[in-house]
Amino acid sequence: METTAVKSNFKSEEYFINMGPQHPATHGVLRLLLTIDGEIIKKVEPDLGYIHRSIEKMCERDSYQQIVHLTDRMDYLSSHINNEAVCLTVENALQLEIPDRVQVIRTILSELTRIASHCLWWGVMGMDVGALTTYFYGFRDREMINDIFEETCGARLTMNYNIPGGLMFDIHPNFVKRTKEFITHFKTKLPEYDTLLTGNIIFQKRTKGVGILSKEDAISFGASGPVGRASGYSCDVRKHHPYSAYDRVTFNEALKTEGDTFARYQVRIQEMWESMAIIEQLIDNIPEGEHKVATNAVIKLPKGEFYQKVETARGELGVYIISTGTKNPYRVKFRSPGFSNLSLLNHIAVGGKIGDLVASMATLDLVIPDIDR
Amino acid sequence: MNISLSITETIQDWLITMMPEGVASILAMTLVALIYLAIFAVAGLYLVLLERKVAAWFQLRIGPNRVGYWGLFQTMADALKLVSKELTGTVKADKFLYNLAPYFVIISSLMALAVFPFTQEFQAFDINIGIFFLIAISSIGVIGILLGGWSSNNKFALIGAMRSGVQTISYELSVGLSLLTMIVITGTLQLSEIVEVQKHGWLILQGHVPAIIAFMVYMIAGTAETNRAPFDMVEAESELGAGFHTEYSGMKFAYFFLAEFINMFIIAAIATTVFFGAWLSPFGITESLPWLGIFWFLGKTLLLVFLMMWFRWTFPRLRVDQLLTLEWKYLLPINLVNIVIMAIIVWLNLTIKF
Repeated sequence: METTAVKSNFKSEEYFINMGPQHPATHGVLRLLLTIDGEIIKKVEPDLGYIHRSIEKMCERDSYQQIVHLTDRMDYLSSHINNEAVCLTVENALQLEIPDRVQVIRTILSELTRIASHCLWWGVMGMDVGALTTYFYGFRDREMINDIFEETCGARLTMNYNIPGGLMFDIHPNFVKRTKEFITHFKTKLPEYDTLLTGNIIFQKRTKGVGILSKEDAISFGASGPVGRASGYSCDVRKHHPYSAYDRVTFNEALKTEGDTFARYQVRIQEMWESMAIIEQLIDNIPEGEHKVATNAVIKLPKGEFYQKVETARGELGVYIISTGTKNPYRVKFRSPGFSNLSLLNHIAVGGKIGDLVASMATLDLVIPDIDR
Repeated sequence: MNISLSITETIQDWLITMMPEGVASILAMTLVALIYLAIFAVAGLYLVLLERKVAAWFQLRIGPNRVGYWGLFQTMADALKLVSKELTGTVKADKFLYNLAPYFVIISSLMALAVFPFTQEFQAFDINIGIFFLIAISSIGVIGILLGGWSSNNKFALIGAMRSGVQTISYELSVGLSLLTMIVITGTLQLSEIVEVQKHGWLILQGHVPAIIAFMVYMIAGTAETNRAPFDMVEAESELGAGFHTEYSGMKFAYFFLAEFINMFIIAAIATTVFFGAWLSPFGITESLPWLGIFWFLGKTLLLVFLMMWFRWTFPRLRVDQLLTLEWKYLLPINLVNIVIMAIIVWLNLTIKF
């Protein structure tokens, strides 16, 4: 950031402004209490709770099959991955042997979800810095993925395709064909993203050197996902603690060291390429077999504590279940990526302009229901 | 040079045959004002429609296509809706200034339209300081924006208004200086005479290199002065909601909205007049039919309007400090050097004339 502070004898007064709960840049009902001096931000205080639905408490009431459906409503843009996280926790606790077919399909769908989520993020990122056209480009490509999901799971947003023990039903016969079509389509369209936004000089001026997060801060704030990786913190759960079929594919972890808004942007663009690579490796050889293993109608987890983490489009999602051996969990805790990523907003936004706050907030890729749960 | 009689005088001459001179001139002025008001209110609405269509073409959409053929009555319907809406306001707003602000904006836009030579005959007010008048009038609009933002008792609106003040005042310099660069060639501020000079080639050709630089600077500064993306600091919907007109509703909002589009038309129309020969056809192909001038004028203007829409739907927004850096550190010095180069070229008679 160019810090060209002009010394002045004029007395300026800090004032207070409410950004949200209804504000276009907060992407939902997040309220930011800003303390501003002219245009310069002195303090950002997020105020949460506007969309709190006590999902964790509701989980204590529900059976393990029902919990899966609640997780759709947390980070709705990576609902499939959220479902997978709960299913994996339950399966690990029951020590179920999951068929290869299920694991590969889950991985492909997770990566499709990631691309869809990043497409939407890219469109909204453009909107936040003032380029409105990006939104429609992003949605054009996301639409194709939604169609694939619609055919296979019957839903476009809240998938509910994973169940403890496998998948709710087998993939649609068109699935492989349409996924391949999407990959060929998206390979020609992703470079368009770069020509429209990435290479734009105004965009680079708006993002380079803005909202810098050092590696140490990223770790101490618990940043994960693209936010952490843009600061050089290697935190990809898919690499370090592989689950499903991630141990049988090769892909690069998108890493940058600059830690600014532009680095976070580039990491996400890079991740879309990597996701496509993962899908390409798996799509041609989905193993034959069952799409689920039989579980009891009433799942009872053994007594104990179980934890599983997955990499959603936003970062590390942890599911922590304490079971007392009954059909309901005693306590469920979700470690959501959005919450810890939001916590560093004050750190990266102070000293910048209002425009900088909006740009850096866009690259944190906040989904408010994920933060409030 | 005795060129055209402006239409005000034509109408006045006709009225004088029927009534005393004083009454005739007042009646003539009112008539012309009403005609212009009607024409440009409708033109503004169709510019909104054009913007929406252009945006749709850029964004893989169809755009308005339900109300009337090809959506031609869409903005009419929107205007009707806005007229019928309740005028809301904030409780502790400064009511007088709050209500006054939209009129400043719309009146300054409409006043500027009076001086344009649409054809040789069709010009309401051929003032001998035309360019000066345009620059002066178009700066009144910012008062409306400042008043609106300040009086609506809303911090977002206030930030938007302050940004607007800073932005418009800065970029007016560039608009003025780039136009002055061209005045060096024409030696007159009167718009009809500027057109007359261009019968020997449009000014952008006559002035070649410095004229092209001046045109580019003018288009950038002009876009900034109309507060449109990529310089829409004033609204910046992802930062300030709706900016200075957050608290306005109904027809008062519509005035701001319409003024933005008329301003865009004005900026393009000034560029057409000063750089592209106003109603003159290329190579004089329709010289025998002077009334065709209106099509040339509107054609050139709409092309430039399209260019500004293209900016808007492609570029991200600048940050407020970058906006000022661009003006004070780049455009203004370029402009000052450019004006000297132009003066040297005119002095050495290096302009291209046909």
